[in-house]
Amino acid sequence: MPSAKLMQGNEACTIGALVAGLEFFAGYPITPSTEIAELCSEELPKVGGKFVQMEDEIGSIAAIIGASLTGKKAMTATSGPGFSLMQESLGYASETEVPVVIINVQRMGPSTGMPTSPAQGDVMQARWGTHGDHPVIVLAPGNVKECFDLTVRAFNLAERYRVPVVVLTDEVIGHMREKVVLPDWKDVEVEDRARPAAPGGYRPYEADPDGGVPLMAPFGEGYRWHVTGLFHDETGFPSGKAEVADRLLRRLDRKVSKNEPVIRDYVTESTEDCEILVVSFGSSAMSALSAVRRARREGVKAGMLRLKTIWPFPEEVVRELSKSAKAVLVPEMNLGQLAYEVERTVGCHAPVVRIGKVNGDLFRPDEIHDKIMEAAK
Amino acid sequence: MRTEFRLSGSGGQGLLLAGIVLAEAAILEDKNAVQTQSYGPEARGGASKAEVVISEEDIDYPKAMDPDFLLALTGEAYRTYGKVMKKGLIIVDDSVPPSDEISARTARVPILRTAAKDIGKSVVANIVALGVLAGISGIVAPATLEAAVKNRVPKGTEELNIAALKKGFELADAFKAKA
Repeated sequence: MPSAKLMQGNEACTIGALVAGLEFFAGYPITPSTEIAELCSEELPKVGGKFVQMEDEIGSIAAIIGASLTGKKAMTATSGPGFSLMQESLGYASETEVPVVIINVQRMGPSTGMPTSPAQGDVMQARWGTHGDHPVIVLAPGNVKECFDLTVRAFNLAERYRVPVVVLTDEVIGHMREKVVLPDWKDVEVEDRARPAAPGGYRPYEADPDGGVPLMAPFGEGYRWHVTGLFHDETGFPSGKAEVADRLLRRLDRKVSKNEPVIRDYVTESTEDCEILVVSFGSSAMSALSAVRRARREGVKAGMLRLKTIWPFPEEVVRELSKSAKAVLVPEMNLGQLAYEVERTVGCHAPVVRIGKVNGDLFRPDEIHDKIMEAAK
Repeated sequence: MRTEFRLSGSGGQGLLLAGIVLAEAAILEDKNAVQTQSYGPEARGGASKAEVVISEEDIDYPKAMDPDFLLALTGEAYRTYGKVMKKGLIIVDDSVPPSDEISARTARVPILRTAAKDIGKSVVANIVALGVLAGISGIVAPATLEAAVKNRVPKGTEELNIAALKKGFELADAFKAKA
């Protein structure tokens, strides 16, 4: 029988990963994500899994890619500085189609920044941090329960589309404790990658060119296949042919872009008739929701759109909800990153107001409320 | 109704644990509770702050906006957070000298001394403080808080911590009798 518990965001991410079938964690401790590594080191051995504390974050992501290639579900957790170090291999996971989950508990940057203070400055790095066009999915929990839900979903999407999935939280959500009722583990839907039936005739990168996902064979079970970060054909061996490169990159991109409507995930409140639309995510959205509710009580037609999937960006949703808006406000703990996407999507239909906060503190609701009232004038 | 607590002092005083216990006690009574924290990069020392918001309703913003109760165990915490107190009550250790700049209602309570002298362990000052905070605010029943303390303190220290909690309740009663 599920019961209410006081639980921390980082703890909920870890439990979500375990429920989703995590078997291998490699990481390097970094504030404010360390509780995830700590808890994995306690819990994984109990279920026959492996925990490895690596020499750094470059090794960490390489290790989870290796583990995933053997058929295990693998994850790492980090914060800004470590996430920067992981970028090269994140691209490798995209190119080689190896499912991995990376939890990035954001802190103030750039560089070492403010280790114990929240920020949301990795929105663009999570999408474009590695070179080249590449598919990636980025999910942003807005409370502790969603840390559980979206980590489970991150594994499911990683397995389904064979892409790296980033769970983008921040210091506030990672360290916050709140009342959570988790579902019974056996009621949680868990997906596994599609595997070939037998080794004979296995072509590891054979798939529908329109965003198909190839079958993935686990290493060590009799399959012979070649994995490379070079562009490769259906056999997995490198190819320098123009048509091969073009076909592969378009297929990789289509895996995510074509499926955006099903990857899409968001929450709205009071958007039916809203004139001031507030678009936010993560911990900023908690402050924003408080501000929107207050504005409503004061008679202003404010509404809230909180994105749980940031990448792929849900253009259609933002376009639809902003149609009748007089202004669109984007509060985020950076100098305007999600706002770029909102501006691009809303176009000239309404002014987009960036509300950035970069002092290491969470927004106070009144800071956003003031902007709503200003826009409503 | 939303009730906000801010527990402040220096790193290592156990204020985070006190905040966690308070939030857990509220959940045991079927209320909603959110606990957040802010601290510096040091392992010990440095300013440390835990906040707890308790409500019967949905809690959107997780931090304290205008605390109903401020607990301050150091002079620095008292001066920093005391200044911004409006409607709420400050509960400050009585070793901290008063400040002219702070005008909010204030309870001066011998928290650190009670832990060190009466219990004989200054490390339980956080639990004495928790008893004072819960006793004065009446936010949770004493028995619930006792259960929450037992859940969260290290094994083998339950008796010591319950004794500290009860001393905290006594200090709260003494304050309420005077007020």
